[in-house]
Amino acid sequence: MSGSKPIYLDYAATTPLDPRVLEAMQPYFGADFGNPSSVHGFGQRAETALEDARQRMADLLNAKPEEIIFTSGGTESDNLALGGAAMAARQKRGANHILMSPVEHHAISKTAEQLASHFGFELELLPVDELGMVQPEEVSKRIRPETALASIILGNNEIGTINPIEEIAAICRERGVALHSDAVQSGAYLRLDVQKLGVDLLSIGAHKFYGPKGVGALYVRSGTPLLPMQTGGSHEFGLRAGTPNVAYIVGMATAFEIAQTEIEQRAGKLSKLRDKVIEGVLKSIPDTKLSGHRHLRLANHASFVFKGVDGNALLMLLDNAGFACSSGSACKTGDPEPSDVLLAMGFSRDWALGSLRVTLGIHTTNEDIESFLTTLPKLLARVRSLEIA
Amino acid sequence: MTKPKVVVAMSGGVDSSVAAALLQQQGYEVIGMMLRLWSEPGKEMSNRCCTPAAMNIARRVAGQLGIPFYAVNAQQSFRNVVVQYFLDGYAAGQTPNPCLACNREIRWDFLLSRALALGADYMATGHYVRLTRKEGEPVRLFEAVDAHKDQSYVLHVLNQEKLKHAIFPLGDLTKPEVRKIAADLDLPAAISKESQDLCFLAGQDYRDFLHRHQPELEKPGSIIDNAGNQLGEHAGLVHYTIGQRKGLGIAAAEPLYVLGKDHSTNSLVVGYKHELGNSELVAETINWVSGVAPSQSFDAEVKNRYSARKAAARVTPCADGSAKVEFVDPILDITPGQAAVFYVNGEVVGGGIIAAQQAVSIQTADVLEVPA
Repeated sequence: MSGSKPIYLDYAATTPLDPRVLEAMQPYFGADFGNPSSVHGFGQRAETALEDARQRMADLLNAKPEEIIFTSGGTESDNLALGGAAMAARQKRGANHILMSPVEHHAISKTAEQLASHFGFELELLPVDELGMVQPEEVSKRIRPETALASIILGNNEIGTINPIEEIAAICRERGVALHSDAVQSGAYLRLDVQKLGVDLLSIGAHKFYGPKGVGALYVRSGTPLLPMQTGGSHEFGLRAGTPNVAYIVGMATAFEIAQTEIEQRAGKLSKLRDKVIEGVLKSIPDTKLSGHRHLRLANHASFVFKGVDGNALLMLLDNAGFACSSGSACKTGDPEPSDVLLAMGFSRDWALGSLRVTLGIHTTNEDIESFLTTLPKLLARVRSLEIA
Repeated sequence: MTKPKVVVAMSGGVDSSVAAALLQQQGYEVIGMMLRLWSEPGKEMSNRCCTPAAMNIARRVAGQLGIPFYAVNAQQSFRNVVVQYFLDGYAAGQTPNPCLACNREIRWDFLLSRALALGADYMATGHYVRLTRKEGEPVRLFEAVDAHKDQSYVLHVLNQEKLKHAIFPLGDLTKPEVRKIAADLDLPAAISKESQDLCFLAGQDYRDFLHRHQPELEKPGSIIDNAGNQLGEHAGLVHYTIGQRKGLGIAAAEPLYVLGKDHSTNSLVVGYKHELGNSELVAETINWVSGVAPSQSFDAEVKNRYSARKAAARVTPCADGSAKVEFVDPILDITPGQAAVFYVNGEVVGGGIIAAQQAVSIQTADVLEVPA
């Protein structure tokens, strides 16, 4: 790579902050630093900004402002949704059963596992097909009167597949069960209209759509029972205690506005580049499969499995050659185990260990992709000669 | 001119951190890699190396030097190769040194192959050992300047194919000098104390580890003397080392020592101090560092353990890849499974694993005069 600028192809991990967002955030680090709960003018200005951001988020999501809870990010939103809705459903109607897809982000799956191991819930995994998609009829078959909630990811972080949430939501609604969807990866690529989607709970995180890290939101449909998981003051309608992170919340609202308004333009450009990556990789590298759905996938997301490859070694070689990619799950400490998501889709260990995720974003160019496609086959040949850990 | 590229195997410790800094100063393009080795499930935090805390220190060092840093997971290979070597060695009645297997199979194979795949010309470690290289000649391996820190014993396993790519930047330095460089550069320092314990024992005695992983090795048996007289019971041969005096649980007029282990009868052989010691051993699967076995016997200094003093000996290479070592003075603790490493004027010429039958040259006839 000597000298040339590294090419960032890991926008699903995080995105750079949009300068317009930074600008919108600035006043709340300076003159308007107040605590929105305070009576005085400092507080009032902060509160105005906070509630203005809430209104803007609500408008974009087609929700009411009181249905938007600000959190510290996607993970907290997922935790609050799962823990809060499960606990409340049990309290209210004795519901003790959680239905979840096997391709959830760890923010969901580990939370659900803890609810099962420490809090006595029964956790049931839905099957997925070989593309990582949940079939609505499987939800239909498994949902029960005592189901506290179902949680199914919208656009998958590892494999890009987009689940048929609208159909699943209709089933859940009919059976009187709350549906949560993790939309953290979807904010920049899918129109998040909660009425159209039909979900009761929806998680988002700002840094996936050119907003700051450390801030997110949970949409909670009015009437959905929810127990707060972080207790203290009566902030966020009593559902999430703690002084609101005003600057970051303003940043998220601005970023979400830009992302949702520019969605067609961005997704259109990126899906063409994404298809180029998919076709190029499948054509030039033997023993390769696309992971996830070919078309029903996030516009910026390409992911692969390579047979007989140490995925971590491949990432190292790619980085050294000037391409920042990921294996699909955060494993910079070298977790040796293949991803649960890929195993749930039916990939054998031999394939699942060799995963690669290439995610594009606003700064990705056609030249970047061409250069990537030229380099990858050479690196794969080299990495295939290495013993797998 | 592009800079030569070197991968430094980092650990978060002061030695490998200074090695990386020195190579950078010498004009290399430096890349850090850190092996994640196996530790017992649940004991990751108390492993001696590659704990999450050590990895964080190594990352900070790499960040300070502005070099790339990659964690390389070798847990499965380490378990299959090194830990298995350790367990198999004890199961065969030997006292294995797993660091030899680790250097040969993990650090200087698994990791080296990744360094080379990355396009590196060399791989460096913070070992205290020296190399000399001359065009057209084999690379030569020498003891470190700092005799206290010298690690040439474990690196005798390296062949020319590996040495060709090896750099050891600390071989000419003493530990205090290395510490001073680290302090001058303000490198983040590891808090862990120096230790020669095996990394995967999590700070515990090796017997505890064997107890958890191979309890069948703790088979009680007889303690006998050289004449075959039964003196008592032992708790399993793995609990004893050759030369050991304490903890035998036998009352005797004179102190008794472990002379050897008879694996075939599961007996521990003990005797008096004057019976200890052996002037000969056979070392097997010798690695001759130059790649070529010497054609005839030669005088050498031989180390029979990592911490042993070198002792004068005559080494005779054999056609089957082994070598016979005859010491000038008897050695008290020749232990099968450990390596015997041959030095000539500070140069490591080769070494191999001490074979079983040679450790205890107990010929009953020879020792009948020993008072029972």
